Amino acid sequence: MFKKTLHIGTSPHIIGGSSTDQIMRNVVFALLPVAAFAVYTFGLSALLLLITALASCLLTEYFLNRWIGKSSPLSDWSVTITGLLYGLTLPPHLPLWMVFVGGVIAVALGKFIFGGLGYNVFNPALVGRAFIQAAFPVAITTWMAPFLPDRFSHIPGSTLTLPFLKPVYDITSGATPLSLMKFEHHTTDTYNLLMGMTSGSTGETSALLILLGGLYLIARKMMNWRIPVALLGTVYLISTVLHWSNPDIYPGGLFMLFSGGLMLGAVFMATDMVASPITPLGATVYGIIIGIMIYVIRVWGGLPEGVMYAILFGNAVSPHIDNFIRPRVYGTGKQWSKS
Amino acid sequence: MESKPKGKLAGFFHFPQGDGLSTDEFIKGLWRENPVLVQVLGMCPTLAVTNSAINAMAMGLATLFVLVMSNILVSSLRNVIPKQVRIATYILIIATFVTVADYVIQAISLDVHKALGAFIPLIVVNCIILGRAEAFASKNGVWASFMDGLGMGVGFTFALLLLGFIREILGSGSLFGISLFADSFQDWVIMILPSGGFFALAGWLLLFNGLKLRKKQAQPEQTREEVLI
Repeated sequence: MFKKTLHIGTSPHIIGGSSTDQIMRNVVFALLPVAAFAVYTFGLSALLLLITALASCLLTEYFLNRWIGKSSPLSDWSVTITGLLYGLTLPPHLPLWMVFVGGVIAVALGKFIFGGLGYNVFNPALVGRAFIQAAFPVAITTWMAPFLPDRFSHIPGSTLTLPFLKPVYDITSGATPLSLMKFEHHTTDTYNLLMGMTSGSTGETSALLILLGGLYLIARKMMNWRIPVALLGTVYLISTVLHWSNPDIYPGGLFMLFSGGLMLGAVFMATDMVASPITPLGATVYGIIIGIMIYVIRVWGGLPEGVMYAILFGNAVSPHIDNFIRPRVYGTGKQWSKS
Repeated sequence: MESKPKGKLAGFFHFPQGDGLSTDEFIKGLWRENPVLVQVLGMCPTLAVTNSAINAMAMGLATLFVLVMSNILVSSLRNVIPKQVRIATYILIIATFVTVADYVIQAISLDVHKALGAFIPLIVVNCIILGRAEAFASKNGVWASFMDGLGMGVGFTFALLLLGFIREILGSGSLFGISLFADSFQDWVIMILPSGGFFALAGWLLLFNGLKLRKKQAQPEQTREEVLI
């Protein structure tokens, strides 16, 4: 009886109720509306793309872990998130073989090489996308027009391209709001951006659904709210001030917030628990750094969109943020710890 | 020849133990002490010019030539070079042969010369060559140094070609400039870019280290130390 009531162990002594797979499962739930809307917007090609992305990530994780003798690696749902997020960042009619290659790279080079879940330096989904961006720069910047009338009956030719062959595009292509702004100085209406009436990557179009998913996770305390708030606040602040100084060159704050992959990146990718800083102040600094990088790449860089590289950059500096910003150990003096 | 030659030329025709032809010095550079895949030396040309098989071949052969010639010369002059200025002397010898290689490549193919660019003069500072001069040629006879340089050079060329094959096939869909697939082949642009060099090198290192590990595990317990070294 005594043994049952008194348990002595090492710290931590106070443990939060939620486990890894519980949190991960809820992130998947929050992503489901975004994925459903993506399939509604882009039709069969988006559905096939998401299935392929998921399958490639799950299969890679399963076989790599079996190879080194780890059991049941899929039950913690983390690789499901990687697959879903990776699929949602790609253009809807990207050839499926490229999707598969990127998925294998995402899990093998983004996660497995570093030691699996909990050790990845970078967000695996973004590693996969960055590889595809560098390997097939044309295919990943060709966008499909949204709400095509035959999107549920006709699979675009480019989706079903045979492996190692160049895609052939047979449907109406669209331009993303960001490339319209950058190359043609045309600003898309904020309402359309919010509701997802635009062209773009599979899952980035509807800012509203992404925000709702984020709010759900924050309400369940499964996401560090400081990261998206700091990130979005930084982008909004810089763009509003610069827009006010010269509206002809710099786009407005609301346009910057709701266009491109900013929402998806801020809510679901920058908040990757492994690759972001631990302390509250560190998380805020991390969000601000990513926000500044996004603005710099979007407005002054050569690419129309910079969320992916900005977040990968943020992931790279996050260990240093953790190193410089440390919580004060209880009972010691109030000073910055020297590392 | 006398059994023990003396004076400045001592050891000029000295053969080390084992077989008289020093084949071991040749073979170690191919596999056991491969300069790229095992010693991971000379990364600058390895990563920079292997974006096509022909460039890798030219760089490998140029380095092979410089390596063999400088090894021979350093080895034959090893007893007359003062210790204090030996590095400067080696560099001078190496630079001479690099200049020769530079003009030869220019004469054979101007295109390859342009593609290799600054990396031909940079053979001078390739640490494999200076490393072999300092670690081997300055301590061994001419024949052994020749075999050592040949082995290291062939091993270097072999490793560069492995990288060049992968990068050219995936990155341009061709091999030695000859198109392998139809026009509809999708190029993997990343393999031509510098990052592709890192990926290809990492892949080969992974493969060769995996093979070495498997060999090590197959060995009985006592000899493991030797395999590691």
